[in-house]
Amino acid sequence: MTYIRTTPEKLWSALTTDAEFMKQYWFGVHCQSHWTAGSSWKMVHDDGQISDAGEIVEAEPPRRLVIRWQHQSKPELKAEGESLCTMELEPSGPAVKLSITHTIERDPSKLIAAVSDGWPKIISNLKSLLETGSVVSTNAYPASNQP
Amino acid sequence: MAKRRRDTDLLFKSLADPGRRKLLDLLHAHDGRTLSELCEHLDMTRQGVTQHLDLLEAANLVATVRRGREKLHFLNPVPLQEIYERWIAKFEKPRLKALDDLKRRLEKTNGEIDLCLRDLHPHHAGEAVVSADH
Repeated sequence: MTYIRTTPEKLWSALTTDAEFMKQYWFGVHCQSHWTAGSSWKMVHDDGQISDAGEIVEAEPPRRLVIRWQHQSKPELKAEGESLCTMELEPSGPAVKLSITHTIERDPSKLIAAVSDGWPKIISNLKSLLETGSVVSTNAYPASNQP
Repeated sequence: MAKRRRDTDLLFKSLADPGRRKLLDLLHAHDGRTLSELCEHLDMTRQGVTQHLDLLEAANLVATVRRGREKLHFLNPVPLQEIYERWIAKFEKPRLKALDDLKRRLEKTNGEIDLCLRDLHPHHAGEAVVSADH
């Protein structure tokens, strides 16, 4: 959850339709969908690989988006089945409160552990890009952090 | 900008207390807990825990969700990521990490000394090994 000094419309577009903008803050990834309830959704990487796919459960621009989300590439994460990702945008003074809730019907979950590591980096980049015009980090896993 | 500075002040203030850091650790270990569940692990009055949670929520480090009559507390790691990027990543060098690893392992047990030296100098493993009995 974070507060971003922008409008709900700009934030909605950054989270959905604006693929080029998305690549800038999402480490080269963008999501493809018609962004209406019932339409398919997939996450596409630089090299065309699809890491996650599912469908849009709810789409209420520019307030609420719910995605049924299943990981595709790593077998142990795919085996965990479908998760639910809810994004809520709520105006708060000159800013927008963005809440992302990612849940799955199992505990513990490797998928939730993985997205818990990823979401803060993505949201932090998105906030910085919308507020200042540049991202803070272009590499999700900097070399210095690797053992 | 003034608003942003107040946010940062509140964030560091909320981290500057061992009880509140313990609360963050408890939520990191297991998210979505009620006030009563958190109180069980803390040597603090219920009122004290409530006040700490209020401050953590104001600093955006804790998010709450109502479920029926219960209020569940979740860790919100986004502000910590922002601290990391603003105050740690830019000063960070791999060597600092190696030194930190060394310190932590040395402080843990003497028996692991040869292991950590080998890690520090992967290209000179044979030369770096010393006896753990010293």
